[in-house]
Amino acid sequence: MNRNKKRLRRSMMFLNAQKPGLIIDPYIYKPDSIMLDLEDAVAIREKDAARYSLFHALREIDYRGVERVVRINGLDSEFWQEDIRCAVAGGADAIRIPKAERAGDIKVVEDAVAAAEKEFGVEDGRTLIMAALESARGVMNAMEICDSSERLFGIALSGGDYTKDLQTTISGTGVEMMGARQHMIIAARAAGVQCFDTVFTNLEDMEGFRKEVETIHTMGFDGKSIINPRQISIVHDIYTPKPKDIMFAEKVVREIDEKKAQGIGVFTVDGKMIDIAFYGGAKRTIELAKASGVYKGDL
Amino acid sequence: MKINNPAIAGTLESSDCLVTVEPGTGSVELDLESVVIHQYGHQIKKVVMETLKRMEVEDVQVHIIDKGALDCTIKARVECAIFRTANQTKNLPWGGAIR
Amino acid sequence: MKNAVGREIPEEILKITGKEVFQGNNYKEGKEYHKQGPMVKPVMDHNTSKMVSSIREALIKCGAHDGMTLGFHHHFREGDLVVNMVMKEVRDMGFRDITICASSLGKAHDPLLPMIEDGTITGIESSGVRGKIGEAIFHGKLKKLAIMRSHGGRVRAIHSGETVIDISFIGAPTCDDYGNCKGIGGKSDCGVLSYSFVDGQHANKVVAVTDCLVPFPNFPADIAMTRVDYVCVVDAIGVPEKIATGAAKPTTDLRKLMMADYCTQVVVNTPYFKDGFSYQTGVGGASMASAASLAKVMQERGIKMGFAVGGMSKSVVDMLDAGLVGKLLDTQDFDLFAVNSVKRPNHHRISAGAYANPFNKGSFVNKLDYVVLAALEVDTHFNCNVVVGSDGMITGAQGGHPDAAQGAKCTIVICPLLQGRIPAICTDVTTVTTPGESIDIVVTDYGVAVNPARQELLECLKKADCVPLKTIEELRDIAYSIVGEPEPVQFGDRIVGIIEARDGTIMDVVREGKD
Repeated sequence: MNRNKKRLRRSMMFLNAQKPGLIIDPYIYKPDSIMLDLEDAVAIREKDAARYSLFHALREIDYRGVERVVRINGLDSEFWQEDIRCAVAGGADAIRIPKAERAGDIKVVEDAVAAAEKEFGVEDGRTLIMAALESARGVMNAMEICDSSERLFGIALSGGDYTKDLQTTISGTGVEMMGARQHMIIAARAAGVQCFDTVFTNLEDMEGFRKEVETIHTMGFDGKSIINPRQISIVHDIYTPKPKDIMFAEKVVREIDEKKAQGIGVFTVDGKMIDIAFYGGAKRTIELAKASGVYKGDL
Repeated sequence: MKINNPAIAGTLESSDCLVTVEPGTGSVELDLESVVIHQYGHQIKKVVMETLKRMEVEDVQVHIIDKGALDCTIKARVECAIFRTANQTKNLPWGGAIR
Repeated sequence: MKNAVGREIPEEILKITGKEVFQGNNYKEGKEYHKQGPMVKPVMDHNTSKMVSSIREALIKCGAHDGMTLGFHHHFREGDLVVNMVMKEVRDMGFRDITICASSLGKAHDPLLPMIEDGTITGIESSGVRGKIGEAIFHGKLKKLAIMRSHGGRVRAIHSGETVIDISFIGAPTCDDYGNCKGIGGKSDCGVLSYSFVDGQHANKVVAVTDCLVPFPNFPADIAMTRVDYVCVVDAIGVPEKIATGAAKPTTDLRKLMMADYCTQVVVNTPYFKDGFSYQTGVGGASMASAASLAKVMQERGIKMGFAVGGMSKSVVDMLDAGLVGKLLDTQDFDLFAVNSVKRPNHHRISAGAYANPFNKGSFVNKLDYVVLAALEVDTHFNCNVVVGSDGMITGAQGGHPDAAQGAKCTIVICPLLQGRIPAICTDVTTVTTPGESIDIVVTDYGVAVNPARQELLECLKKADCVPLKTIEELRDIAYSIVGEPEPVQFGDRIVGIIEARDGTIMDVVREGKD
């Protein structure tokens, strides 16, 4: 398995590949991933130009470890095949498929990606895939999409187009996206892949943004799509384990290891009942703390 | 590669450049206007000439208005303009002539 | 001859100016000199009136002549009308070969260009020159060498007699019929008249120009009547909207906020940050944001600023309101909040000399703990350039930069690594205005560099692990790796100006552009 498949993706920042001023050093804002967009951000008559900018940006700009995802044009367009050739040749880390509706969509892209890897001498399996679900059918088919490819690392909700497909609007209460969010996180976890929430477009309402991130964090989402660097610190703040959570997790891991050797299955840590089921979660907390750069222990 | 038509690529936004390409009059002619002409004039010309050479373009007129674009943007705009003259948008030589 | 920052100063320049090369910040420490005084024309007769009906009359009565030096302040900034008004009259009267000795000149003074071109103005001494004047000097149109000085340097030059001001025109928002000038109470308030204090004391003739005559005595006066020869009332001395603007909106630019945050981290993790510390900040977006985030930490830790000094704006006035700073020592007001605050207790007005003159018995900059400054370029020796763009164009002003930088115990320069394609951190600055020995810490969006001469500060920041530390060379290399190494600007042969160090020695020269 591609070792980048399960990497940290708390924040995935959209970037217009056509805007030279923005692509110079996006890593400075420290997002986990950036999404270089060939689709909605680029006008039809500039689709060709965006590829050259993308190719050189991928090859010549130092991203300091930030993941580079390329959003290709939809499979209903005339652009997506050349988008894939360009992105793979450039060395993109992943391809984001917009408007994915069924497993077949993923397979089509997968074949094109594999062919491009061969054509351009890129290591087989290096390029991952993610699918954006933007319609009712896409959300309903989340399970088969998540299962469709070894390269698929996760699915993301595209709230704007999805709510239009439902014939409603984004209300700010989250009610219209509740079903999609629940369905998608369940499917993603069942398939063992990651799940990402949609963008929050009101940059003046940082409080509303924070509440939304807290909600999806509690629901189990792995991260959120970002449209502006100002949103990054809030996401990372919520997704980074707090010192007391890390300390508790460390205790849990150590106690379980110790108690297992003694044959004890259930015990208390800090007044809470703990058994072996808590091990995975505690380990994940420590892994997340490490990946977020705040872990100073030795586990 | 032969240039038979004019084409434009890029914009006049900050950090971008506007590249206009026309059929040549027998050789490679490049004229450059740049907000950083003193500091990077030679570097920009070098990048453009290298890009044209890689694409095997020997007869062309290139006009560039640069607003502080990095080398990667200059290459991208020149390549885009050149391929636009031939109206080629598929099966491009990524990693080959485009490098 | 090479000076202490490695700049070559040609012998002929040393001969023409009679100056020495820069030999280090404290070269003139303790070296006594005789302070010069002005010619004084006594007014004993109580019937003598100081009122003149026009600038022309003032010029005649002051004995205006070819080759004279005129003094001006720049408290009205881009809203100034006084310099142009006086110079128009000077030119109409046919005077030539004039030297302007202003605390600064800006784009508002573009109308002076024809006077430079026709030889009316042949000399300029200023902290900065922007716009058309800067261009004119860059293209070699000024006959004499332009002299660029810091605020403290201007006071020194006048005190030591190096520059003799024949007539100083002091734009005064309010003035009485005997010459008591104030910076507030009129229609074009600028708050303070700090830069003119030295003119009042040392110019041979002083003319107060006001658009708001008030009853005698206009007390307490910034410029006292005992130093003023004539008073001239005109329609307008400044354009109010351009003098003191509304408060600058706090920046939302994430990069500036990042740098502001780094800056605050540097301050709070270095030893001088304790109750009673002193601080100076500028008016750039990042500068003001760092003052705001510093205020938060001060409140959290119960630390108060003893005093803030320099240019005042809303952010510092707010701190006074919040009880976070003991005293404001004001040399210039940038917005209406600062102007209106001037009347309050604990908001004191100080002269430019008290603020920064290196040749008095100790100025306020010497008591500064922290100063946060900007720069156009910083090089790997920590030298700063605040006057000459990297294309060679003269475009900025020294202001109090070299003064505060030398005086402060911890001098921080905030500067984004790249300005468009231009690297702000480079191997050698185009022109040195502030020497590296004055600069302790450089904050960029890519990291923070500490001057190797301040190992103890580096240790503090390493221990606190609060900012991404890099060497200045690493920052330069990052810049060059992104934008490529720039070619040095090609200049013409002629030297058109000098950058004076605080002590009057020559820090660097300014060359004319190449065609």
